[in-house]
Amino acid sequence: MTLPNFDQSDDPGPSFYGLLRHLGRAVDYETPGPQAAGPADLAEITHGTTVVAARFADGVVIAGDRRATSGNLISHRSMNKVFPADRWSGVAIAGAAGPALEMVKMFQLQLEHYEKVEGRPLSLEGKANQLSQMLRGHLPAAMQGMVVVPLFAGYDRRRGFGRLFAYDVTGGRYEEEDFVTSGSGSLFARTVIKLGHRDTNTRDEAVDLMIRALFTAADDDSATGGPDSMRHIYPIVSVITVDGYTELAEAEIAERFERVLVDFSERESAS
Amino acid sequence: MNMPFYVAPEQLMKDRADFAQKGIARGRSLAAVEFDEGVLLCAENPSRNLRKVSEIYDRIAFAGVGRYNEYDQLRIAGIRHADVKGYTYSRDDVDPQALANQYAQMLGQIFTHETKPLEVEILVAAVGYERDGDRMFHIRYDGSVTDEDGFAVLGGEAESIRERLSASYAEDLDLGSALRAAVSALGGEDRTLASSELEVAILDRIDRGRCFRRLENGQIQELLS
Repeated sequence: MTLPNFDQSDDPGPSFYGLLRHLGRAVDYETPGPQAAGPADLAEITHGTTVVAARFADGVVIAGDRRATSGNLISHRSMNKVFPADRWSGVAIAGAAGPALEMVKMFQLQLEHYEKVEGRPLSLEGKANQLSQMLRGHLPAAMQGMVVVPLFAGYDRRRGFGRLFAYDVTGGRYEEEDFVTSGSGSLFARTVIKLGHRDTNTRDEAVDLMIRALFTAADDDSATGGPDSMRHIYPIVSVITVDGYTELAEAEIAERFERVLVDFSERESAS
Repeated sequence: MNMPFYVAPEQLMKDRADFAQKGIARGRSLAAVEFDEGVLLCAENPSRNLRKVSEIYDRIAFAGVGRYNEYDQLRIAGIRHADVKGYTYSRDDVDPQALANQYAQMLGQIFTHETKPLEVEILVAAVGYERDGDRMFHIRYDGSVTDEDGFAVLGGEAESIRERLSASYAEDLDLGSALRAAVSALGGEDRTLASSELEVAILDRIDRGRCFRRLENGQIQELLS
């Protein structure tokens, strides 16, 4: 591998994807793949499901269940769908797992590459735009059924608060004030968050709300995985504040789930 | 047809080397010191924006002296090399030696084939998981590489700084002593460098992720006192 060096006229600048294209190493989503992919084939593709994010007083919380499905089968029980994008932002994915994970990897590298080349990180809005452009590039594959719909959340250090972004398959970027959800169980999760969301929520309240939302989604949507105490698999929950991105320890999430479960079973037995 | 004047190859190389050395000697120097918890990179640099020391990859840092635009171009080429390699294989496969070799090739090529050699000296430093995994490669304008052990000095007055630093250097210094040794070696007997004239960064010996960290003015002051 030699040192990449370019003429000034075709220098890819701080874009890592641009660099890969120059070197002929980019995964090109724009070349149409086999057109034969019908519903039968799509069922073979691994899909990730419910991811959620909400704002709270000091920042944002972002979370996702752990199940991946291929058609009616559970293909992975402990898939991770919530990732740090850089030190002050995170991305969560729903949809076709293969392209989604590749997109996350590319997004992380894109942000890191920019930060190193330019000597300072992109603004939060710049990061959100990058993800939007990557989705737009992915559109041809999405039209063939490999849909990826991410969520992006981060702490805007210039403005001093947390921000949330939802996307659609075309790369449309929608900033939301309170909360965002994506994936097959998102409808159920959304309702729970809608009822419990307050701008003034503390970190603990926000984390509990995410846990209740994911529990409800798993309760009603077969593609969303609930807490699995037998295998010690719990949703991933991360908090992003002025101090950066922190993934919660498994023990804390397990304990909070325990409390939610007690709460639910009391209600069930009371009715 | 005009015949070009014959110039002996020895003379040609010497002229180029003199030219490059003169260019490098105009700038200020830089020292790197291995300490118990990582690698320290310390440059005399009054500018907050035109950096001499920067991050290449998880465990690799870059330092350059001489002409800013030339070593900055090398820095970016290094970041590109490392990021593409990490993307193609894995983050663990990005190693400082391959990068140093690439730099050496590039500088050597430019030194012999281009109209003007690069007026730079660079250092590729890497922090290991253990103390004996630390690496420092010093690459000169003509592409020659030295594998430095313990500490390295780049720049015009490298000889005298190296002498001073070798007197105060010991294995397993802590960060504060390493920084004080580097700063007093850079300054010499007549000058005391203030924290505002220094650019300091470290490669922190952590288990995973990006190890490169810049020290702010306040932190430098605290360590120097």
